[in-house]
Amino acid sequence: MLSAKPWGPALLSLLILAVFLGAWHAATLPEKGAQVVDDEYAKLVGKSAATGQKSAMPGPADVAKKIWSHVNDPFYVRGTNDKGIGIQLAYSIGRVLVGFALAALVAIPLGFLIGMSPTVYRALDPFIQVLKPVSPLAWMPLALFTIKDSGLSAIFVIFICSVWPMLVNTAFGVMSVRKEWLNVARTLEVRPLRKAFRVVLPAAAPTIMTGMRISVGIAWLVIVAAEMLVGGTGIGYFVWNEWNNLSISNILSAILAIGLVGMLLDALLARLARAVTFPE
Amino acid sequence: MSEQPFVKLEGIAKRYPAPGGGVNTVFENLWLACAQGEFVCVIGHSGCGKTTILNVLAGLERPSEGYAFVQGREIAGPSLDRAVIFQSHALLPWLTVVENIAFAVRSKWPDWDNARVREHCRKHIALVNLTGAERKRPAELSGGMKQRVGIARALAIEPKMLLMDEPFSALDALTRGVLQEEVLKICAETRQTVFMITHDVDEAILLADRIVLMTNGPGARVAEVMLNTLPRDRNRHDIHRHPHYYPIRNHLLDFLIDRSKSFERELEGRAYDPQNPPLVMPGIGEAPTAQRRAAAAPSLARNGT
Repeated sequence: MLSAKPWGPALLSLLILAVFLGAWHAATLPEKGAQVVDDEYAKLVGKSAATGQKSAMPGPADVAKKIWSHVNDPFYVRGTNDKGIGIQLAYSIGRVLVGFALAALVAIPLGFLIGMSPTVYRALDPFIQVLKPVSPLAWMPLALFTIKDSGLSAIFVIFICSVWPMLVNTAFGVMSVRKEWLNVARTLEVRPLRKAFRVVLPAAAPTIMTGMRISVGIAWLVIVAAEMLVGGTGIGYFVWNEWNNLSISNILSAILAIGLVGMLLDALLARLARAVTFPE
Repeated sequence: MSEQPFVKLEGIAKRYPAPGGGVNTVFENLWLACAQGEFVCVIGHSGCGKTTILNVLAGLERPSEGYAFVQGREIAGPSLDRAVIFQSHALLPWLTVVENIAFAVRSKWPDWDNARVREHCRKHIALVNLTGAERKRPAELSGGMKQRVGIARALAIEPKMLLMDEPFSALDALTRGVLQEEVLKICAETRQTVFMITHDVDEAILLADRIVLMTNGPGARVAEVMLNTLPRDRNRHDIHRHPHYYPIRNHLLDFLIDRSKSFERELEGRAYDPQNPPLVMPGIGEAPTAQRRAAAAPSLARNGT
């Protein structure tokens, strides 16, 4: 059994990676000696076109080379449309963090209120139900029109997509605080504010953290699309720009970087969630 | 009871809207009093509204009808004067043992400094024999230890009255016995007024001065009030050697097994005053219960029970 050995899963992962890279490599091999046009024309159109290769799809070695060059020099600036991938990622992470923090500032107190008061819950529920399923990108034109700043609009889009999971989870966490804990607070005549911070907040914290984790995941998904629309800076813009440059190697490097950053953000919040989780 | 009652329930009822549109009455017209320093036990099957009575006394629930008084004043809500020991211990799992108790202590005395709170907690942790476990979280404690923390938390606020809702029912028999004895000792030392709910006959005999016997719900009522005629310095080791022990125990078991179901029939053709349910003292040469049982027997036989 593989699971009996600690290195089993890692070995299997490496195997899958190797098969994938191998297949990729084989699929993108240039067909040698199959020159279909004359030498003059081959010189004119370039080697890959002349050998009848179907597309400019790079092989794994090309992409690895590209990634290596990005890792070696991630923060260069050579003009507005030529910035290092590290700088672009930093822009995106910055926007996500600002939008996410603003959303947390609004969603957690409001979710608390909704969870504590059935009246507020019933009053706000229709709005939440209608606004929650709206794609965050649908807000983009409205944001551009009202805010009149593409960078701030992107942050607003992040805000609007992060707010719902946090709001709903906070309200749910607060609503489902065990009755017996609330009864303890009641019999001890604990004042409302102290009850909110010492009983309800710690009890709901794991659920709130789950909401935050979902939010940051969605925010990271949305930022790429948002930056493709607003342009200028950010990893989303980088991807779009490299599409216009037809540099598939760069796009693949960016995809890998986006995945890694998303994983790191999730791991960070998972760690925070563990810190507030209590065993029962 | 010659003393002015410490708490008094006057004709309380609890009703819920029934799913079919009617009204479910858990109990109604229930009268109960408890004197200062007295240990009162309510015994009855699940569903007779015992916990509701306790919640009314705690101020966590309002009766549908009737009034509840503490020291002559109507109960308006929960109070630090009446500490509750919950069946499920209800410790806050994200706090350690000492933090759980300190939370209660700070609720009662918000202006105490840290050293004073710590010292007060230490004293009560020692009282329930938990010294050494101060820094542990509830999840690391056994069921018995958790309930000890619950008891320490309740005692730490120095309440005028302790309300215990089947505090030992979730524990194994051995732990339960040890904890019962500790509670008995603490209550005897402090002359604490206690109201406890249980369905354990031996627990009631060991701890209570008076045992309130409730019939089954819905429409539950106080069938009898039994005076525990065993001397107050009881302990688990020789309580069963006292000549009154078995009459008391048999009376309680008879009630719980048979009479709690059929009490309404037992009442037929007999005056019953909910304000003054019959007082029984098994073992003190009394025969009224036996007579009543004999009187009730034909009706039981008639109904084929």
